[in-house]
Amino acid sequence: MAAEEEASRPFAGLSDVSISEDIPVEGDISVPVGPSRTDEEFSTLDEPVKETILRDLRAVGNKFIHVLYPRRSSALLRDWDLWGPLLLCVTLALLLQDGTADSDLEGGPQFAEVFVVVWFGSIIITLNSKLLGGTLSFFQSLCVLGYCILPLTVAMVVCRVVLLAAPGTVSFVVRLVVVTASFGWSTFASTAFLSDSQPANRRALVVYPVFLFYFVIGWMVLTYFPVKNRQP
Amino acid sequence: MATGPGSGTTNAEPWGSFDDNLIQGRSAVIDMENLDDTSGSSFEDVGEMHQRMREEEEVTAEAAEAEEGDDGEFLGMKGLKGQLGRQVADEVWQAGKRQASRAFSLYGNIDILRPYFDVEPAQVRSRLLESMFPIRMINYPQKIAGELYGPLMLVFTLVAILLHGMKTSGTVIREGTLMGTAIGTCFGYWLGVSSFIYFLAYLVNAQVTMLQMLSLLGYGLFGPCVVLLVTYNVHFHSLFYLLWLLVGGLSTLRMVAVLLSRTVGRTPRLLLCGSLALLHMSFLFYLHFSYHRILEGLLDSLEGPNLAPIQRVPRDVPEMALNSTLLGPGLLATH
Repeated sequence: MAAEEEASRPFAGLSDVSISEDIPVEGDISVPVGPSRTDEEFSTLDEPVKETILRDLRAVGNKFIHVLYPRRSSALLRDWDLWGPLLLCVTLALLLQDGTADSDLEGGPQFAEVFVVVWFGSIIITLNSKLLGGTLSFFQSLCVLGYCILPLTVAMVVCRVVLLAAPGTVSFVVRLVVVTASFGWSTFASTAFLSDSQPANRRALVVYPVFLFYFVIGWMVLTYFPVKNRQP
Repeated sequence: MATGPGSGTTNAEPWGSFDDNLIQGRSAVIDMENLDDTSGSSFEDVGEMHQRMREEEEVTAEAAEAEEGDDGEFLGMKGLKGQLGRQVADEVWQAGKRQASRAFSLYGNIDILRPYFDVEPAQVRSRLLESMFPIRMINYPQKIAGELYGPLMLVFTLVAILLHGMKTSGTVIREGTLMGTAIGTCFGYWLGVSSFIYFLAYLVNAQVTMLQMLSLLGYGLFGPCVVLLVTYNVHFHSLFYLLWLLVGGLSTLRMVAVLLSRTVGRTPRLLLCGSLALLHMSFLFYLHFSYHRILEGLLDSLEGPNLAPIQRVPRDVPEMALNSTLLGPGLLATH
């Protein structure tokens, strides 16, 4: 009891406020941040769809710019989202379709292959970096790895254009150069984001699977060859 | 752990044997509470007990809240019904969440694997190099590092190299994907052969655990990786045979030597090491020859856009016959 009295002494001055004790105190005490957040949520429900989509697109575009000019910034990490990786993955998979053999059975697996490689590869690299003592969360790593596929997607577009324009050995050399450059760019960009979260002596162990991952995707881009005369 | 109150009697078992109550003459009933059942101390059950304790706390807290809610007369009758509905929904949600979080915390815990990834780059490098040098001392059990990072990365590297080989050789997979086949082959070999050799080792009573076997075989894939990387790009059969014997042989010898040092007896050693050597060498042989086709097809494609390069060319096409006669019988034998 003595402790309670001692505790209530700093608040002794407040007991002079005229609230009678037999009236139950009603109402809700809301933290100032609370109501404004709920207001915000309600207002995004009322806004036109165009604004919602544009806001997300702008966020994705902003992250694309961060990948293209890799600086040590935390924009990709702070507000991670998986829209960008999904868009890039679907684009890459669509572009890599009807790329190899004569049978039309190949169209399906090619699309699924790219998806499986990208997503399971990213998951495995994320697990690996977490097991090696990384501080990034699961989805942040997925976000970074997915966004850094952008240079390879650009290379794919360039390769397709080059193949349409000038087929032959020259085109192979050009494609090789473009794919190698974009593969190096992807690896460099992702390590710029991921390496800060790893303990210093284990960076090489984390970078190697990333290198392998982009190497496999780059290889799929390089060996793409459209088959012109397909029998129905 | 049970000790009866004031029992100075010496117990045969640490868990307070059945004799406790009989000796003290109280009753012939076995007090189950005092038995420390070993099944209750397993991993899952400890987690369950912990969860149950937390649940009991939560349930009592909710019960207290529920009582207060129901007693609130100022809510009125409608408020009471709404409150009840909300309570039920709440409890269902809580129960579901509890189940899910219990399962996740037990099995989804990534920290189970963490000790196997505790390596430094220098260690990985030295282990890669060591995997190529057979040891001399086979009378003393050699230490095998139980890590999974190196083996896992080597298997993925082998997958990438295999993919490269399959693409350049023009393999067409009908019921599946190239990637699926490559991953299936490499992981299947690593996990399957490790399990098989571990099983054999268990039969002949060799001192090797599953983790060590996985690690040993994983590092033993370094030799085949190097050989395949070279021979998928430089297509000379004599070079392949040389590298197969030399590099493949060295890595196999290393694994065999380590296993020899951990096995006792001539027949067990022969069985274990013979089967490992056979499987490892024939895997490398298989990987080279099953994805090794004519390179000329690819070269032709670089000049002519109308030739689809990655395609199985039927055997009776005249160019095919010309190429096969040029390259010799070795290649024909593989078809």
